[in-house]
Amino acid sequence: MKILGLLSLLATHLSANSVNIEENAGQFFSSGHTNNWAVLVCTSRFWFNYRHVANTLSVYRSVKRLGIPDSHIVLMLADDMACNHRNPKPATVFSHKNMELNVYGDDVEVDYRGYEVTVENFLRVLTGRLPPSTPRSKRLLSDDRSNILIYLTGHGGNGFLKFQDSEEISNVELADAFQQMWQKRRYNELLFIIDTCQGASMYERFYSPNLMALASSQVGEDSLSHQPDLAIGVHLMDRYTFYLLEFLEDIHPASKSNMNDLFKVCPKSQCVSTPGHRTDLFLRDPGSALITDFFGSVRKVEITMETVNLTDPIEQVEQNFVNEDLQKESYSYVDQLPVSEIIHQFPPLDVTG
Amino acid sequence: MATTEVERRRGQLAALSIAVVVIVVGVPLWWKTTETYRAWLPVSQINELSNLQLQLSADVEVVFARGTVTPEQQKKVPLTRTQDEEHSVDEDTALRYRYETRYRTATIMEEDALDQPTAAEADLSLHTLSECPCGSLVVYVIPESSSLLPQDVDVYIGQRRTALLRIGGQIRVGKTLDLLLAHLEPRIKQVLQVMSFSHTDITAALSDRVRLSPGNKESIADSMRTFKSSPGYEITFSLLNPDPKSHRLHWDIEGAVQTYIQPLLTKLASVANFSIDSQTLYYAMLGVNPRFDSSLGAYTLSPDSLAHMINPVEARLGSNAASSNPVLNFLLYVPDAQHSPLHIHDSKKQEVPTNAFHSPRWGGIMVYNVDGFYGPEAVFPVDLNINMAKVMGVFLAQLRLLLGVQSPNAPSGFLVAPCSRTGLADWELDRLMWSRSVENVATATTTITSLAQLLDQIGNIVINDNIAEQVSSAVTSLQLAVAELEAGNLRFALQYSKEAILASERAFFDPSLLHLLYFPDDQKFAIYIPLFLPMCVPILLSLLKIVSDARQKRREKQAKKD
Repeated sequence: MKILGLLSLLATHLSANSVNIEENAGQFFSSGHTNNWAVLVCTSRFWFNYRHVANTLSVYRSVKRLGIPDSHIVLMLADDMACNHRNPKPATVFSHKNMELNVYGDDVEVDYRGYEVTVENFLRVLTGRLPPSTPRSKRLLSDDRSNILIYLTGHGGNGFLKFQDSEEISNVELADAFQQMWQKRRYNELLFIIDTCQGASMYERFYSPNLMALASSQVGEDSLSHQPDLAIGVHLMDRYTFYLLEFLEDIHPASKSNMNDLFKVCPKSQCVSTPGHRTDLFLRDPGSALITDFFGSVRKVEITMETVNLTDPIEQVEQNFVNEDLQKESYSYVDQLPVSEIIHQFPPLDVTG
Repeated sequence: MATTEVERRRGQLAALSIAVVVIVVGVPLWWKTTETYRAWLPVSQINELSNLQLQLSADVEVVFARGTVTPEQQKKVPLTRTQDEEHSVDEDTALRYRYETRYRTATIMEEDALDQPTAAEADLSLHTLSECPCGSLVVYVIPESSSLLPQDVDVYIGQRRTALLRIGGQIRVGKTLDLLLAHLEPRIKQVLQVMSFSHTDITAALSDRVRLSPGNKESIADSMRTFKSSPGYEITFSLLNPDPKSHRLHWDIEGAVQTYIQPLLTKLASVANFSIDSQTLYYAMLGVNPRFDSSLGAYTLSPDSLAHMINPVEARLGSNAASSNPVLNFLLYVPDAQHSPLHIHDSKKQEVPTNAFHSPRWGGIMVYNVDGFYGPEAVFPVDLNINMAKVMGVFLAQLRLLLGVQSPNAPSGFLVAPCSRTGLADWELDRLMWSRSVENVATATTTITSLAQLLDQIGNIVINDNIAEQVSSAVTSLQLAVAELEAGNLRFALQYSKEAILASERAFFDPSLLHLLYFPDDQKFAIYIPLFLPMCVPILLSLLKIVSDARQKRREKQAKKD
């Protein structure tokens, strides 16, 4: 009797799995994106804003773990906490107290660091208006089939986010930047997460299609930090990102959790502030958008069915060893500076011959 | 008394002259110096372009072979017909397809060529006779009794720009010419849709301008798979050897690229620039564990696990591309000795003959098994030469798919000639050129119109001369491209459309268009009021005093008169 029950359970499980495979194939084309990008920005400097760098690095770590490569992540950190003079454990940035988890690791690739993190550079990255000499790793080379995750953290207020303690970006500028991205079809869908005080004010002004936004607190509320570490002496993470990280640790590349689960992260009892979200501009139902659509990079694949029949033998590439036209120029050094004389203050030697 | 009068007069004059100087000289000077430099843009022409009326012209020559027309029909046959088809895509975009069909009878040499035993040989000898310009077609109508085509096939599409069309059984030679032409028309239209452009292709190419509701799954998959039009592409071939202790692999990549891939890329030179490089990666593992299937005696990869293979490898690939062009990656994976042979299975658990898969807009991966080349007693490491013809055959097919060259499934009764040595038929190149020209024109018009809108909305962005120059040149190129498409000169149309896109992108993404993006009004007032208010208040008050004095004087005069 029990065996029969178990067998029937197994049978239904197997049939469900086969249905899943077909569904998976269909779902591949329902999200409409072929690649994923992430722009992760930490806008605060100074040692006591350690938690903002830890926030950004933990999101960076999750995003890399779920599959987005460094070439598709633009990481902007406004200050260097790992090598700060006040860091008792250099080359580390911890996110859990008692130094449990080092989010700095040994393969962090920071694209914009220190004073390069400005409002101007951030808007340039988003809109693509970078000087021609900018290397590929500092550009957001997304196309119309890219899903982009944008994560901002720092100190903010009603309608603005503070960069580097000296300038601010307003919600109007951010909305205009997203509109310019839409005009140029630089994204397919965009997920905007912000962890600052009064974060919900930053997404109030969005008006471009296919945007989904999450914030850690409503207008008039402050986002609070999670826990201090007594050895390091500062707060290590913000509450919202701490619980977001816990949530993301359960996600693996094949997981099927959707955005509705993400909205439930950090309720008021844990976060003290009320997280908010905005989905009216998003064309799909948030329940059908997977977490890995934005945080991971699940590639779509198709089996190659055709092949071209090639019958010609390979031509040998001719190597031109003898080329009389090329003259071999002999190179020699120009007269160098007498460095040793300058350093050691020797009198100049007489140059003879 | 007189002195105070004079004094008052002087005071009034002084106040008046200061006011005059401030208003006449100061205000225009302030306006001019705080004006942002905005070079002139051809806004009216841009607005004209936002309403896009595209006309695509295709030339078709229909040649009647002997046995398809009667002699008296033959006398009437040299004639030309033009057909227009209008489509309105949305309120801003309209399309018109113009087909100019020229009918004529075959020459003696063409008849000789059509006498060949097979369709492929006929095709070969036919295109040595006439040189078809880019964008046009020649359709040879052959009688039903002809043995060139097999029984169930009515149309043969050759490797150049020719097609062979067999007259159907229903129409008999005796009927009038009009009936004959009417019977042929739908078939010729089908041929045109396969060899030149179809409405679905063109509307897919317009996707930048027009966000259409998605059609069927194939069209979505097609549009997601092919790369967007770009002035250049980087192709990287990588050999992944996870087990150098067992296998020492040799691949003649330079020769293979030169022989197999370069002819295709040379043919596509008018569409885009390509740069190729190659690398070998050692100890690059798969991200997935293949399962051992004892019934087959081999390791298998299921289709779900394929998606997770790419990410771990991609982090290692690196890209030495100095430009921002899209990169196509082709990976050749040779499984390690413990996991050989490795086969890819499709969803029906069948082995895939090519043993390869590709990812839309990324590239392709092929698994190459080498266990058959050495026995169990071999001394490791084994020297192995990779069969580049087989590998490049698969990569070439994937490259065709990713570039959008692969034609959709032809309707039934059509036989398409297999790929030539270059891997690209001339009519496939034409198809690509049509859709790329339309895509470029659509993208350039959206870029230019949105740039003009942006510059209009934000009044204090500086428009430098170089941006205005780029915009003007983009507008000129766009107008030329649209004109050339109308005239049917495909090559020139593509060239102008590429110039238009380059100029419009350069103008839109110019770094100088970011400054002075947003000044809220309250901040503007906060800057100007402390500067101007202290100066304006005395002037205003003295003017008011003058006016009230003048009014008082007039009242006194009135009183005196009475």
